[in-house]
Amino acid sequence: MNMIQAINSALDVCMDRDPAITVMGEDVGYFGGVFKATEGLQKKYGKGRVFDTPINEGGIIGVAVGMSAYGLRPVPEIQFADYIYPGLDQLVSEAARLRYRSAGEFTAPITVRSPFGGGIFGGQTHSQSPEALFTHVAGIKTVIPSNPYDAKGLLVAAIEDNDPVIFFEPKRIYNGPFDGHYDRPVTPWAKHPQSQVPEGYYRIPLSQAAVVREGEAATMLAYGTMVHVALGVIEASGIDAEVIDLRTLWPVDIETIEASVKKTGRCIVVHEATRTGGFGAELSALVQERCFYHLEAPIERVTGWDTPYPHSLEWAYFPGPVRLTQALKRVIEA
Amino acid sequence: MAEAPAAPNMTPLSFHVPEPRFRPGDAVDYADFDRGEAGAVARPDVAALPADMRGHAYSLVRVLDDEGVAHGPWNPRLSPDRLRRMLRDMALTRAFDDRMYRAQRQGKTSFYMKCTGEEATSIAAAHALDRGDMCFPSYRQQGLLIARGWPIGQMMNQIYSNAGDNLKGRQMPIMYSAREAGFFSVSGNLTTQYPQAVGFAMASASRGDTRIAACWCGEGSTAEGDFHSACTFAAVYRAPVILNVINNQWAISSFSGIAGAEATTFAARGIGYGIASLRVDGNDILACYAVLDWAAERARGNHGPTLIEYFTYRAEGHSTSDDPTKYRSAEERGAWPLGDPIVRLKQHLIGLGEWDEERHAAMDKEVAEFIRDEGRKAEAQGTLHDGLSQPFTTMFEDVFEEQPWHLKEQSAQMQAERKAAGI
Repeated sequence: MNMIQAINSALDVCMDRDPAITVMGEDVGYFGGVFKATEGLQKKYGKGRVFDTPINEGGIIGVAVGMSAYGLRPVPEIQFADYIYPGLDQLVSEAARLRYRSAGEFTAPITVRSPFGGGIFGGQTHSQSPEALFTHVAGIKTVIPSNPYDAKGLLVAAIEDNDPVIFFEPKRIYNGPFDGHYDRPVTPWAKHPQSQVPEGYYRIPLSQAAVVREGEAATMLAYGTMVHVALGVIEASGIDAEVIDLRTLWPVDIETIEASVKKTGRCIVVHEATRTGGFGAELSALVQERCFYHLEAPIERVTGWDTPYPHSLEWAYFPGPVRLTQALKRVIEA
Repeated sequence: MAEAPAAPNMTPLSFHVPEPRFRPGDAVDYADFDRGEAGAVARPDVAALPADMRGHAYSLVRVLDDEGVAHGPWNPRLSPDRLRRMLRDMALTRAFDDRMYRAQRQGKTSFYMKCTGEEATSIAAAHALDRGDMCFPSYRQQGLLIARGWPIGQMMNQIYSNAGDNLKGRQMPIMYSAREAGFFSVSGNLTTQYPQAVGFAMASASRGDTRIAACWCGEGSTAEGDFHSACTFAAVYRAPVILNVINNQWAISSFSGIAGAEATTFAARGIGYGIASLRVDGNDILACYAVLDWAAERARGNHGPTLIEYFTYRAEGHSTSDDPTKYRSAEERGAWPLGDPIVRLKQHLIGLGEWDEERHAAMDKEVAEFIRDEGRKAEAQGTLHDGLSQPFTTMFEDVFEEQPWHLKEQSAQMQAERKAAGI
């Protein structure tokens, strides 16, 4: 399966197991979603459980919170992460705090799926990575998969989780992994072992990172598309660095991070999102606090620049192989 | 900024900022206020099309006239027992407000908000809706909880953030949550509960349930985007929901014109969305009950949502942090042409021969004593003045279902720091 098929399979498996699960969003019903992630679900489960919504993200999240109060488990889709902002008040002020403010009387076990990230010439409003807005909010979990196998297992776990989860899907790697070499043809997921996705039920626990490449020279903390960029750079450079795919950004798997950096003594944080106030700043601070006496070089952050995501300048903006290689060399030589 | 006009030969544009009719010190005159006659507005079939209800969005459903006599097709013909219960619920709500207001002034809690003058709107809803129907209130619907029999002492415990507070001291006073009473957790963020109520109603309908939902906001809060979201979703999915707008004329210091009342009514907004809409005398509890009963029947019959504007008056300040003499005429409350909801129902019951001044005085005394006794019991469990009533580690609970590592660490750090500081 590719990422889309894996996500579709996760929704199908979950809906089959739990009648409370309800899928909703713009174009997700009859049409099956603009990326086809919900294809066939309305036909199979009916309009009561899979339906199109008006173009109103605040309304989509707001009614999902109310459906939770009734006892359903809504899985709303926001068509692009760039358009999640009208729903921010309902996510931050309501979904995230409902359990806390009602002392557990009401909860919002919603999973907000949304395609995110750049590398597709999406310009300013089809490329953003707003994960730091959510990792900053107490009461929300943020999950970002990097391959089809994880996408299905993590989405199943997110839907079954009783806390609100933001599930960002890196749309650049929906059809195949992308190592940042935009000038080379993309290999589809079919030629990648992580496209071997079981048809049935399985889950990957939240808050567990994956060490996707073991190494001794440095630790790269990445998620989403950047996992593949990191792996490509390490292979090309011949530097024996370790790559950790965080998978769940918050609450993050601190033990795996800490163990790795204490082993390597060097750390590079990688994300597409803009640098200032980005999630990388939190990762960098955590590593500094916990691994200070093991660090042999300053922690590096390779991120998007602090600008809106540009259209024609995409490959100068995207933290690709050139920038990541430079950072890796700086950290190793420091 | 002062640039030359772009076209000196054209009339300059003028900028309109609505102003209330009466400001502090002004004499108040409501002589031109068109209340309509009690009993004059028709009662449509519950399956009426929204487009056929334009008139109802601009008129005022009234049952009780100035003498307290019930008129017309909206007279719900409730039993005297029911009317007396509604009267007591309103009196209890007012007595509760009075006591908690004083408690705030005495420093026993940080904050309070009264609903004086608006009691009928909430009490009518509690009587017209089934207990299984979920209410999504704003912060001024304490009458719902009181009339649904939620323990008064529990409400006080929440206001005092004391040892008996079911919300563990996390929420500001009056932001109750009472799932058992069908009362959704109150949020400080205005109108967020509107789409949530619609979502609850959509869920109930999609699962073939019979429960309906209702939500409340003030006229000021109708300007929020969530009001538009809720109306759109409610209409699109024909959700079994009642959208209540309490038009009490004031949003803190802003009069209703700042929310758009100069150009239209708030009920009329519903018609544009394709929602059946009614405008009702919010100080006439019989009329309030009747329109809610109509809307509930409409929702239960799968005829869709209803928007109800309750025309009433916020008789007191916005909150204990507000001084209304700074922005409105002190005469408004006394001159309000729709009177006081408790006085009007009392007058009606007396007219029916089912009540008298003596019984009313006895009831007032009884509710005051009840509230006083409940207040003493609540205060025995602590007030805000007494300091922390909950173990401070509860602060880190319920953020997530299970406590993640970082909250365990922060909780431990807090304990260690307090211990080191000798607290």
